[in-house]
Amino acid sequence: MIDNPIIEISNLNKWFGNFHVLKNIDLTVNKGEIIVICGPSGSGKSTLIRCINRIEVHQKGKIIVAGTELTGKIKNISNVRKEVGMVFQNFDLFPHLTVLENLTLAPAWILKISKKKAEEIAMKLLTRVQIQDQAFKMPGQLSGGQQQRAAIARALCMNPKIMLFDEPTSALDPEMVKEVLDVIKQLAHDGMTMICVTHEMGFARQVANRIIFMDAGEIVEENHPDEFFSNPKWDRTQKFLHQIL
Amino acid sequence: MSSDTCSDTHGGLLIFKPSPDLPPPLVAVGIIAWLKKNLFSSKINSLLTIAGVLFLWKTIPPLASWAIIDATWTLSPNPDTINPGTTEKTGACWAFIFVKFRVLMFGLYPEQFLWRPILAFAIFVLVCAITIFRILQTRLLIVLWFLLPFPLFFLINGGMGLETVEQSLWGGLMLSIGLAAIGIIMSIPLGILLALGRRSKMVVVKSLCIGMIESIRGVPLITILFMASVMLPIFLPQGMDINNLLRVQIGIIFFSSAYIAEVVRGGLQAIPQGQIEAASSMGLKSWMVTYLVVLPQALRHVIPSLIGRCVALFKDTSLVIIVGLLDFLGMIKASAQDPEWLGYDAEAYIFCALIYWIICFSMSQYGKSIERRNQW
Repeated sequence: MIDNPIIEISNLNKWFGNFHVLKNIDLTVNKGEIIVICGPSGSGKSTLIRCINRIEVHQKGKIIVAGTELTGKIKNISNVRKEVGMVFQNFDLFPHLTVLENLTLAPAWILKISKKKAEEIAMKLLTRVQIQDQAFKMPGQLSGGQQQRAAIARALCMNPKIMLFDEPTSALDPEMVKEVLDVIKQLAHDGMTMICVTHEMGFARQVANRIIFMDAGEIVEENHPDEFFSNPKWDRTQKFLHQIL
Repeated sequence: MSSDTCSDTHGGLLIFKPSPDLPPPLVAVGIIAWLKKNLFSSKINSLLTIAGVLFLWKTIPPLASWAIIDATWTLSPNPDTINPGTTEKTGACWAFIFVKFRVLMFGLYPEQFLWRPILAFAIFVLVCAITIFRILQTRLLIVLWFLLPFPLFFLINGGMGLETVEQSLWGGLMLSIGLAAIGIIMSIPLGILLALGRRSKMVVVKSLCIGMIESIRGVPLITILFMASVMLPIFLPQGMDINNLLRVQIGIIFFSSAYIAEVVRGGLQAIPQGQIEAASSMGLKSWMVTYLVVLPQALRHVIPSLIGRCVALFKDTSLVIIVGLLDFLGMIKASAQDPEWLGYDAEAYIFCALIYWIICFSMSQYGKSIERRNQW
């Protein structure tokens, strides 16, 4: 792949109180690349991707996202955030708005798109994730899988350059995992830059360009998926894969 | 497995068909089932039901004959046959209420201008109806309610061509509703601001809000009214004169907003952090996150207690009697003590209770309807 970095992280350190969650993280993500982050719980995977759109603030090191440096005090964080879509483990749709309103909220208020145009875009995206017939329902009336697909569509509504997924299938019933992963695969196929924290190893092997294994706040191994699964470099990786496969 | 569950096979596989739904047994539905479930579910409940029926049996008939059957509804056309204060009948004398009706509703408001508060009341009822039947969008409704006090105040107070009516003459239900309505309209937004301020990260704002909420909640309303009415004029610089009614109104607004702030804060705390993260991850600025995502949900959570506060505020206005304002309850009391009409306390207070109940019950019903409409 041609080097065209869209995210550059160097020497990133973060503490929660005295707890050192992220230790000297270096990571560069190229445009169109699909990165899967895995590792045991508490290893700092979620914190790492949450630093990328500054939902968490780091204390040391440098993060550059789409040309903007997220270090120190920055004024227009919302300019960076609208380039980075994020999907959460618990969907976090807004329960007081219909699915369609969930999608049009940010475009209407941030991109200042007209209501009609925003709804048009939203319907297109809902069709893309195949829940166009749920547009006028409240999120509470949808199944978990449908909610997560709506959440993906909501993030896509801002037309982001990067998508972050924080364990998007962990809260889903087994029957619904596939429908969500299919949507993410489709996105990957369309060339979206993605970082995905997940335990779905089959999915990781299929779509990832690189797999990153984290433990205790550090990147232990960074490898090509085939190598990662068949021939891991580190004993810690091997042990982890042993536990989950 | 029963035979109808898998009557078909397809490619060697049994095909699963769910069994059909059957109607419930007769003892589980209908009147008898309802009685059994709600009134006679256990020995103790059966006893309580019987005791309750006996109690009503003993109390309702005499009450009904006092209040309705034996009651006097009209004034006798010939005042010589009956002395005021004594009636032929043994029941209630509702004529008392009719005679005192004007004072109870409007206080000592001069009779020739009475059309003004009546018109104001009609407009108020109209706006209530518009609100209840949702004729306007929520946003317009809020604006309408904020603007409403100005024309109504002008109508009742006078000025700009209309003859001014001294505020000391205002009273009765008009005063109660006025104080409560303006109190509610002003204290909800103020309470929301205080609640948001209390959660602010800015230390000065936060401590100001906490200080205000806690010091107001630490004193009874009577103290605040007394301060506003008696103490405040002493502290105000000379020449600066805020009239008594306005001071009392401000006292009520501050008192109520401190409580509403705490109610709203409860709702704000119930909103999961994930909602805020999801909203801000799309680039919404923090005031948008609060206004579009957090507040609508928080307010929905606290509708029951918010309505409770409004009902309490309406009833609390009866305390203004201690600073010399004669609201509805004050007028009831004054009427019951009228030397020409002694002995009608029961009628006066029952009427008072009925009016308070109708208004408070309507408020809670309206609250319920908002809850139902905003279910998700």
